Amino acid sequence: MDWSYFLDLFMSGLTKGSIYALIALGYTMVYGIIQLINFAHGEIYMIGAFVALITATILTSMGLNLFAVFILAILVAVIYSSAYGFTVEKIAYKPLRHASRLSPLISAIGMSIFLQNYVMLSQTADFVPFPEIIPVPKFLEKVSDYVDPVGVVIIVVTVVVMIALSLFVKKTKIGKAMRATAQNKTMAMLCGVDVDNTISVTFVIGSALAAIGGVLIGAYVGQINFYIGFIAGLKAFTAAVLGGIGSIPGAALGGVVLGLTESFGTGYVSSDYEDVFAFVILVLILIFRPAGILGKSNTEKV
Amino acid sequence: MKKIFGLLSAALFTVLAVVAPSFAADVIKIGVAGVHTGDLAPFGIPTVHAAKIVAEKYNKEGGLLGKKIELIVLDEQCKPEVATNVATSLVTSKVVGVIGHICSGATKAALPIYKQDKIPVISPSATNPSLTKIGYPVFFRTIAPDNAQGKLQEEFIVNKLHAKRVAIIHDKGDYGKGLATYLKNYIEKSGKAKVVLFEGITPGAMDYSAVVQKIKRARPDVVMFGGYHPEASKIAMTMKRKRLKMPFISDDGIKNDKFIQVAGKYAEGVYASGPKDVSGNPLYKVALNEHKKKYGTEPGAFYYNAYAATQALFEAIKKAGTTDFAKVTHALRTNYVETPLGKIKFDKKGEAEGVGFAVYQVKNGKFVQVYAPSK
Amino acid sequence: MERLVEEVKKSLITAAWFVFLTFPMIVVKLHSAENRVSYRWINALYVAIGAFFISFIWRYLLERRDKKSSSDNVEDSLVYKVLNHPVYSKILYGAVFVFVLIFPLLFSTYQTNIMTTALIYVVLALGLNIVVGLAGLLDLGYVAFYAVGAYGYALLSKYFGLGFWAVLPMAGILAAIAGIILVFPILRLKGDYLAIVTLGFGEIIRIFLENWDGLTNGPSGISGIPRPSFFGMEMKVDQSLIFIYYITVALVIFTIFVVNRLQVSRLGRAWLALKEDEIACQSMGIDRVRAKLTAFALGATWAGFAGVIFAAKTTFVNPASFTFFESVIILAIVVLGGMGSIVGVIIAALMMILLPEYLRAFSDYRMLIFGLAMVLVMVFKPEGLIPFRGGRLVYKKREPGKDGSSNEKRAYS
Repeated sequence: MDWSYFLDLFMSGLTKGSIYALIALGYTMVYGIIQLINFAHGEIYMIGAFVALITATILTSMGLNLFAVFILAILVAVIYSSAYGFTVEKIAYKPLRHASRLSPLISAIGMSIFLQNYVMLSQTADFVPFPEIIPVPKFLEKVSDYVDPVGVVIIVVTVVVMIALSLFVKKTKIGKAMRATAQNKTMAMLCGVDVDNTISVTFVIGSALAAIGGVLIGAYVGQINFYIGFIAGLKAFTAAVLGGIGSIPGAALGGVVLGLTESFGTGYVSSDYEDVFAFVILVLILIFRPAGILGKSNTEKV
Repeated sequence: MKKIFGLLSAALFTVLAVVAPSFAADVIKIGVAGVHTGDLAPFGIPTVHAAKIVAEKYNKEGGLLGKKIELIVLDEQCKPEVATNVATSLVTSKVVGVIGHICSGATKAALPIYKQDKIPVISPSATNPSLTKIGYPVFFRTIAPDNAQGKLQEEFIVNKLHAKRVAIIHDKGDYGKGLATYLKNYIEKSGKAKVVLFEGITPGAMDYSAVVQKIKRARPDVVMFGGYHPEASKIAMTMKRKRLKMPFISDDGIKNDKFIQVAGKYAEGVYASGPKDVSGNPLYKVALNEHKKKYGTEPGAFYYNAYAATQALFEAIKKAGTTDFAKVTHALRTNYVETPLGKIKFDKKGEAEGVGFAVYQVKNGKFVQVYAPSK
Repeated sequence: MERLVEEVKKSLITAAWFVFLTFPMIVVKLHSAENRVSYRWINALYVAIGAFFISFIWRYLLERRDKKSSSDNVEDSLVYKVLNHPVYSKILYGAVFVFVLIFPLLFSTYQTNIMTTALIYVVLALGLNIVVGLAGLLDLGYVAFYAVGAYGYALLSKYFGLGFWAVLPMAGILAAIAGIILVFPILRLKGDYLAIVTLGFGEIIRIFLENWDGLTNGPSGISGIPRPSFFGMEMKVDQSLIFIYYITVALVIFTIFVVNRLQVSRLGRAWLALKEDEIACQSMGIDRVRAKLTAFALGATWAGFAGVIFAAKTTFVNPASFTFFESVIILAIVVLGGMGSIVGVIIAALMMILLPEYLRAFSDYRMLIFGLAMVLVMVFKPEGLIPFRGGRLVYKKREPGKDGSSNEKRAYS
């Protein structure tokens, strides 16, 4: 067994998995609360990456240092992605709250096509370079022979965000409102929860996480275009289902499992079938746990 | 609902009126088919620009055979099924020649339709070797086929870089995988080197670090990638980050400014095969300036090939003195034309003679020709 | 007056919000080559004006929609009135049929060709409609069966020299088998879990087509697939394309007939029950497993047929024609048309395929408009263009005395 090879693959899988997890959280939260596969979520991630790139370009030309550029780019990207997530919900999903379940799904797909083309037309169809704005602490540079320091930063940021999110959902009042709404909308409303507001907050938080993912991946792979959201979104959605859609720790776990599966599948078998591994592991897990790894399979009552 | 139907049908008829071909006899119609929208648009739009520029130039001088040239530009998004629709549309509009298509797959689907109606097709970019066979005798191209490129890469890798172990990665696409397979076969046939890794990656995937780890473990002397620049720049970047120092060589799909722009400092030292450097050619400069004047930018991918294709078609019609298929194709095959690519005519199969590949390397942010075959 | 002030205020806020929202995309322009940005301030003004006025229209239309749905909405739409009318419906059907028959004579081969593509999608959508609209199973990988049909024809003709007519029924059966193989292991899954697995299945099929060079020629695809023969007659390309058009028309008619019969069959009712409530359906003695399997198998069959026609029409297949996006478009057709509604699905299929084709004039903005149209149709017609009315009995209370003979009316489509 070649351990350094194993470790390398493990690190790439974990890095990729972290990004999947960040996007998957948005899917899972939205799904948990309104049972909608938000197809436009990948596009929110893409917009986050673009806004960060534009911000970084402006700030760099003003001569700010790397760390400030990184923080501000993330901040602006988070603000804008949240704004887009919020607006998309108001336009495309809110009017459909009482429609059959597939109508918002199609509306979401329409939104996704619209946003892709919106960015393509207003900016560019080409790939654009993304500056390497992730600051790497000194002590990590020393170990860069063994692990990719940027990957480590991505994993750490993801873990911190996850912990913050769990605390938010568990401890705060709005977090409680979110859980209540997810369980039973009518009941939550009767208990004085502003359901519309809570749904908006869910979209805003999900979009913010996607934006962080977008900035990290942009800076990690060094390029973005208007189409990156579609594939990433598909993978993240798979991760969310894998972990048990609706469950926040499930999304994190699902992302990591998916990232590792792809990485080890590529490393030990063949990258020709990278996506096949992803879907095969999904089917296997769903056969044995039909509601995902951490999903609760609630018995239906008649 | 009735109103809507009324509106719809009215709209439909207006559209039809616009689309319906106008049978004016005083124009010569030339089709320009390719991808003009979507993520592959950058590969198709330069061809439209080239055709427009050349047509304008000829029209200023009185057109062809005393008639004005009219371009019919249609987008097929590189999709085979749309390409057949577009081809039928061009045939119905009575075009006398087509510049296009851009992607090999779409070209393959469209060729039988042109073949039946005997319309010459000159592609600036479709490099699949089988096309000249499928499309004979209507198909011509101003770019060398993949097997020529694969052969050149093999020569370069084996004889110039003296590689013994070669890793080949491709994007599972028609172009990338086809080229990678040619290279693999040539290397195995040469017996001088070994292919230690041959794998496809998923285009558009988030990152390729796992596959780069695999390359690292295979310890190749050279890494070749068959595909386009977005994936190539990701791989080149990841390789440098993981301290893989062996040469990285790719194909015409990355030999453009976009690659250098996106890969930035990671592009430095990367090899790419591409059409021979013709920038010394005076006509090249003319074409470049015309593009700058009309569109204000540097031309994009396949611009010069398309320019040459359009010129060759117009000159052939001029030489033949008619738009008759047999005479025009005869002229294409016998008559030399001065183009930005050099002096070209087409051989029996439809390949442009004198159009070949060379190997370039990125030096100081520019592709510099480092190897051209002796032929 | 107060209302007007209130509305203007709302629209002003919306306008300001959109100016903020679109600022980094529409006003700022990135020049990545030179590492700088430029600003297009005038665009902010356009956005502001546009958002201001559109928000009025938006609110007005939403209000109207809500009013409509809250009022008694049992009234049949005009389309249904025509369709249910014994005389008008026959005239309409006759007119449509004649138009379809003489279409190739009226229009160019190009138009006919596009129409064939649209009709192939009608078949696909009607097939998916069985799975999604009737049985309520969300299938995001429908394109896999389409690929099975297309590649089935391409491979059988390449390796065994089989003709179009021999392969057509075989491809249907192959696709049905593929459908059964797919759902068998995942019968337990519900709703969106099923959706993601079908999505995965679609992708897996495509990846195998890409990688299995020896059999499928990989990404280069298979070219030179023969067009259908007509009693061994030699045909020119455009004649042959017109012939394919008529084959497609025949298939559409056959599909409509079968789906229509299925809806009212025992099986169709079982599906409807399955869609409404799985547990209740089981307790009524319906074999849930069988219902699901038949839904998938029958749905897949049509995709198989459509695939064969597609391969014969294009004479070339490659894996790139069978992406996830294709499944999405077919699903969108079903939902936009009104799930379960045959007429709706047909109209939506024609719209979705013909619209982008005729929107070519807008070239760049085509897909933008397309996406927006999908959102708008869903928001303002959430049940689809022509909502499904079949399969259930609608009881209408009539005012006594006005129509004493019967106080219940059976609405059935």
